[in-house]
Amino acid sequence: MERTTIDLWFGAFVTAGFVALLVLALKVGNLGAERATQTYRVEARFENIGGLKVRGPVRSAGVLVGRVADIKFDNERFQAQVTLALDSRYAWPKDTSASILTSGLLGETYIGLEAGAEDKKLAAGDRIQITQSAVVLEKLISQLLFSKAQEAPAPSTPAPASPKK
Amino acid sequence: MAEELLVDVRSVSFSYGRRPILKGIDMRVPRGKVVAIMGASGSGKTTLLRAIGGQLKPSAGSIRVAGEDISQLDADGLYALRRRMSMLFQFGALFTDMDVFENVAFPLREHTDLPESMIRDLVLMKLEAVGMRGAHRLRPAELSGGMARRVALARAVVLDPTLVMYDEPFAGLDPIALGVIGQLVRKLNDALGATSIVVSHDVVESLHIVDYLYFISEGVIVGEGTPDEIRASTHPYVRQFVHGGGEGPVAFHYPARPYAADVGLAGKAGHA
Amino acid sequence: MLDVRRPLARLGHNFIEGLWRVGSMARFFALVIASSATSFVRFRLVMREVYYSGVLSLIIIIVSGLFIGMVLGLQGFQTLQKYGATESIGVLVALSLTRELGPVVSAILFAARAGSAITAEIGLMKTTEQLTAMDMMAVSPMARVIAPRFWAGIISMPILSLLFSAMGVFGGYIVGVVLIGVDNGAFWSQMQAAVEFRYDVLNGLLKAFVFGVAVTVIATFEGYDAPPTAEGVSGATTRTVVTSALVILALDLVLTAFMLRPDA
Repeated sequence: MERTTIDLWFGAFVTAGFVALLVLALKVGNLGAERATQTYRVEARFENIGGLKVRGPVRSAGVLVGRVADIKFDNERFQAQVTLALDSRYAWPKDTSASILTSGLLGETYIGLEAGAEDKKLAAGDRIQITQSAVVLEKLISQLLFSKAQEAPAPSTPAPASPKK
Repeated sequence: MAEELLVDVRSVSFSYGRRPILKGIDMRVPRGKVVAIMGASGSGKTTLLRAIGGQLKPSAGSIRVAGEDISQLDADGLYALRRRMSMLFQFGALFTDMDVFENVAFPLREHTDLPESMIRDLVLMKLEAVGMRGAHRLRPAELSGGMARRVALARAVVLDPTLVMYDEPFAGLDPIALGVIGQLVRKLNDALGATSIVVSHDVVESLHIVDYLYFISEGVIVGEGTPDEIRASTHPYVRQFVHGGGEGPVAFHYPARPYAADVGLAGKAGHA
Repeated sequence: MLDVRRPLARLGHNFIEGLWRVGSMARFFALVIASSATSFVRFRLVMREVYYSGVLSLIIIIVSGLFIGMVLGLQGFQTLQKYGATESIGVLVALSLTRELGPVVSAILFAARAGSAITAEIGLMKTTEQLTAMDMMAVSPMARVIAPRFWAGIISMPILSLLFSAMGVFGGYIVGVVLIGVDNGAFWSQMQAAVEFRYDVLNGLLKAFVFGVAVTVIATFEGYDAPPTAEGVSGATTRTVVTSALVILALDLVLTAFMLRPDA
């Protein structure tokens, strides 16, 4: 079959497109990072998960160690049931605590793990017992206002203008 | 007179929208002959040619080409029949994205499985026949009108067609090129054993090379005959056509209201 | 008394004319698909057209992508600075490009450069009777001329969109990291956290594919339908670019609405 320069250009063009796709997928997007690691799942219940989303990060000591795999509503306890997929390379003590935190004011919501002290480690299917729910800003503000109102000094002596008994 | 007819046109009528172009045309083209269809511009001759080629469907009548009614064929049948016909367009209609060689080789590449060496031989042979072999690497844009038409002619005959149709092959050519094309039409027809239909309004050249002529005016055949019969004809339209001139059945003026009225010489009857 | 009858009649006429065109285009599209066997058997024809519409559009796509990415970087930086979120500049550039600007802008540029060329070429072939000649030579112009250009456009468009987005991200990188001084690691890691392959990149690719079909159908149809005169072809070429741009933006609206994912 005769080869012409058209073949060369066509091949180069399609290859360039494929390379662009790979770049967008791996370097710009997060395709590579996700599938590579082995994970095991643990559960945690929260009163309020705030802005936590599925695929949100799970961090320990600030390092990304896993992702939120699933978020369900427990209709009996009226709590949020979160499934975490943790990197198989790491293990935490059974009394590790999970808190819902935000990175900065506008940052995304993530789960922070603080290691406990027990010898026994969390295994797949276990539940994290100690959890700290998300801080809901409105509740915080109303709490602040309420406590400020309580702190304010009450009027101690009656006004001098009141008539003598 | 039992010659076999290659093209048999019977009572063909065709209208473009509501405007009738062809009104009951009867025409017979015997095998092996060169037949001319002549007429003034707009007389319907090109429409008739396209109908014979299957590009237009007549609203009435039948056109039989090599025994088959071309207007009743389906797409596959039409293409099968067209492989035995070819048409030379007025300005050549060469493919501008290919050079001369590729243009002539096109029908061979599309319709045959011949090896490259054979294609090369055939193409050069046909180009030699029209005198353009030396130009086989040029592009259509680099050719003059006459040269382009000759290349188109080579392309038209490369598959040795049974019927060759020419749409105004002499239009706009200098006398030398005109003579060359005329000679080629005749020679190729006889050499290939083909049949040719030439649509033209060049009387002199047509009388020179064809076997039979038909004259069309406003959608009807107004005269026919061999070149000798035509030269001797006393039919007013034929006479006007053959000998030129503004006087005769074909009017000089496009239909209009009286000249006096247009330039305001109608006296008090004129508009403000 | 204002005579509204004439403009109304003309409006109605244009509307009916528009409906005719849409119908003809749909029928044309079906015919092109039906004539596509040759394009696959003789893929060389398609490859040649990919060269003319795709490869030769590379320069405008790559340069435009680079510039748009850089502009996004500059403009975005100014606003993000107010929230102390300049490290998210990569997120802004990447998401804007992969989701929207990549497919839409490259499709419009493609329509302007390759679409208009296709329309002009087919229109001129029609005017010089090349298409009729081919038809008389028992070769279907739909199969040999139109369909390969159609499939070439469909192949080229997504590739060009990807290249546009990639170059745009690179442009954002040049502005953000190299020129302004955002941290290299933060730039890429924030971007990677925000850009999802399936939702952003693939959806963008799907959009590009849909736009490619639209632009190529319009371009080939306008060329094929053009009146065989100089004004006819030039009008058809203009119509290709304008109609393509409008259709791309309308389709973008529809597709974006469909693709919007409710937050988990």
